[in-house]
Amino acid sequence: MELEKKKFLTDADLPFCKGCGHNHIAANTEKALQLLGYDPMNVVLVTDIGCHGIIDKSFLTHTVHGLHGRSVALATGVSAALNNPEKKVIVFIGDGGATIGMQHLIDAAHNGFNMTVVIHNNMLYGMTGGQPSEFTPAGFKTPTLPDGGKKTGYDICKLIAAVEGASYVCRLEGISDFSEQLAEAFSKKGFSLVEVMEICPSYGVKSNPGMKLSKVIENAGLIINKFVDREVDNYKTEVKTEFRSLFSESDAIQTKFPSKLEKPVRLMLCGSAGEGVQAAAEFILKAGITSGLNGTKKGSYPVTVGVGFSAAEIILSSEEILYTGSPNPDVICVTSSDGLEYARKTLANMKGGKLFIDSSLKAPDTKAEVIYFPFRERGGAKNSSIYSIFYFLTKTQLFPMDSLLSVFNENKIAKKFDQDKMFQALNEPFVDGLTDNKKVIV
Amino acid sequence: MSVEIKENQLIMDGSELIIESLARSGADVFIGYPITPANLLYSNSLERFPSFFAAPDEISALQWMCGFSTTGKFPVTATSFPGFALMLESVNMAYMMELPMLIILVQRLGPATGSATCGAQGDLALLTGAISGGFSLPVISVSSMKDCWELSHNAMKMAIDLRTPVVLLTSKEEIMTLASFAISQLSEINLLERKQYSGAETFVPYKTNETLVPDFLPVGDKKNQVRYTASTHDQKGIIQNTSKEAIDNTKRLELKHQKNLKHHLYYEYDGEKGANTLLISYGITASASREAVKNLREQGEKVSLLIPKTLLPVAPEYFDIIEKYNKIVIAEENLSGQYRKILFGEFGNKKVSGVNGIAEMITPDRITEVVLSK
Ligand SMILES: Cc1ncc(C[n+]2csc(CCOP(=O)(O)OP(=O)(O)O)c2C)c(N)n1
Ligand code: SF4
Repeated sequence: MELEKKKFLTDADLPFCKGCGHNHIAANTEKALQLLGYDPMNVVLVTDIGCHGIIDKSFLTHTVHGLHGRSVALATGVSAALNNPEKKVIVFIGDGGATIGMQHLIDAAHNGFNMTVVIHNNMLYGMTGGQPSEFTPAGFKTPTLPDGGKKTGYDICKLIAAVEGASYVCRLEGISDFSEQLAEAFSKKGFSLVEVMEICPSYGVKSNPGMKLSKVIENAGLIINKFVDREVDNYKTEVKTEFRSLFSESDAIQTKFPSKLEKPVRLMLCGSAGEGVQAAAEFILKAGITSGLNGTKKGSYPVTVGVGFSAAEIILSSEEILYTGSPNPDVICVTSSDGLEYARKTLANMKGGKLFIDSSLKAPDTKAEVIYFPFRERGGAKNSSIYSIFYFLTKTQLFPMDSLLSVFNENKIAKKFDQDKMFQALNEPFVDGLTDNKKVIV
Repeated sequence: MSVEIKENQLIMDGSELIIESLARSGADVFIGYPITPANLLYSNSLERFPSFFAAPDEISALQWMCGFSTTGKFPVTATSFPGFALMLESVNMAYMMELPMLIILVQRLGPATGSATCGAQGDLALLTGAISGGFSLPVISVSSMKDCWELSHNAMKMAIDLRTPVVLLTSKEEIMTLASFAISQLSEINLLERKQYSGAETFVPYKTNETLVPDFLPVGDKKNQVRYTASTHDQKGIIQNTSKEAIDNTKRLELKHQKNLKHHLYYEYDGEKGANTLLISYGITASASREAVKNLREQGEKVSLLIPKTLLPVAPEYFDIIEKYNKIVIAEENLSGQYRKILFGEFGNKKVSGVNGIAEMITPDRITEVVLSK
């Protein structure tokens, strides 16, 4: 292939073995870009790791030479950031890189990122000594596969053609002049892919003496053809210019109530997922802040959303809160058996304080004062945590009930919630059936 | 006694402060893959960042970020150990290419998937060796709500000024625990920009001046060819095996951090006159240490506190402080004392002891006990 003057490649020799198919791809890329009239400064060549990848030094375009298998993902970032179809992003990758980084190919095609991927398929890993890739056809021998592959290799064109976002997919035999096909691929909007079948004389030919590329392709059942040529919406990066700050002065909580708190109070709520523990904890936190206190709330739960324990540690203090843990809480409210299991260790360590525990449970040995109350029975499982915080405030009066009510009433939970029923239930005497000398708890 | 706090307060978590701070600093894009306990950073970025991408995996996330960074944009991601492990090779790539970006690492209990919803401080040993060859990957650690605001900006500035990926080290509690917070505590955040080369001479991608940080131009520049490579390269960005120019360039990657560290050094030192003991702590355990020091002083004990925030590279200033004390206690939430070993090695030092543990926050009481022990 003759070119009057090179515009995209330096005059230096290409860095490949004699007869290597990679030479043809470089030369055809030069010609294709010339055919399309590109300015080298409008082309970004992203290359993978492998023999083909060291071509970057020979190109006069912008070049980015990354990691093995990741060039398509890297090019995705370049393409999405440039967000400009005038800038041509080209990826050079081997069959090895396409094997290890297949996910990136599918993803880039799926989203229609603007780029052309040129797969240099020499059916083996050239750079590392000719080991087989997933593209190695059945029967094709390599130095580490002397009897030839047993399975058919990937048909990447069929695979990518199956991805709806791809605009152009073709396979060609990388001999003589294929610049027009490359130019066609380069000119497509969105994601285009060209698989160039080629040979590695150093390993491919040596392991398969007398091989003919066209024969290997035919035996592998790979079709030389265009698989896809369609109009597809290319990816457009959304860049927002207007934002709302994540927080603002107007969200601040008004200090409305006085508080009698003389020293920090640490409260722990322990219940089950789906029973409003975290919400109840936030109500108490907010109520404390409404009463002029500082507060923190640390949540604990397993990864599974919706099952298992759910616990929260709330600290309220008139001073700055440093440590946000509560190894020795002043009060623990336990509203379910999950919650009790979680609280056991803390309860065993407590040196005083109070335990408000659902009357369906049996309190473990603890130095905390144990007070039973039927949160679940009177409030229902779903409201047990809400009942427990109102009970907590009724009993401790650490800050005004009005502060908790004002916070609670702002919330949509309050709309469907029968407050009269709750206060009546909280104030009704309860006969504790679990202790020996049945205590009436008020 | 009725207490009055004059100012109205907001309820916030660290994730909001970090993301708002970064957005105001001019971060362009968040590219993330979900993982507990980093998900609040993901969802807040979706709301607040100019651009947002949900990557299909963490390797993609880091590669996309590298792509964005080559064009002059500033990318951010947030992850936890399992995701960071997948990113590691790409972090090395960003380091070699000298691409600014911020990785918010939210520590959780390992090994492997471990306990996703349990906090930890177990990743520092990985970070100190993260860059193959013994190079420093800058790690900035937050230890308060205020740090979430200020150090996020500072970490981004460090990434831009030194052209490097930076890790903002946090843990589950710093990101997810809610706390009352007055907006007036927040300093003004100014916009950071990536300066571009404007010289008349042909741009040479990895040529540097006395700062040891190369000038920057984005790929796609209209006038100058721009090259990036993760392989050993000369100043032009051309792959070399081990030529002197190329190896000097590689060594420079470490030297630039050492040389410029003083401009990015953040720590709190609360030295008490007459104290023989220095307590060192960072991240989530710093708050327990602050409380322990407060309690100890109330009991009349003398103790000093050092909270390093630029954890890596280790600043010589820390050793200047350490040298003044006869007893050093280092508290951190991991099994074997990772920062302790970074500072004092496996061999250890008789005057140094650790307060360590996993699966729960280290308590002020445990720290107090070790500080008071003979
Ligand atoms: C993560 C990773 N694994 C393995 C390697 C080693 N490696 C370098 S090139 C290569 C294969 C190259 O084969 P291919 O992509 O087909 O390109 P070719 O050399 O044939 O042009 C491998 C496995 C690497 N660089 N990085
Ligand atoms: S080893 Fe094979 S793939 Fe690599 S340059 Fe030589 S011929 Fe080409």
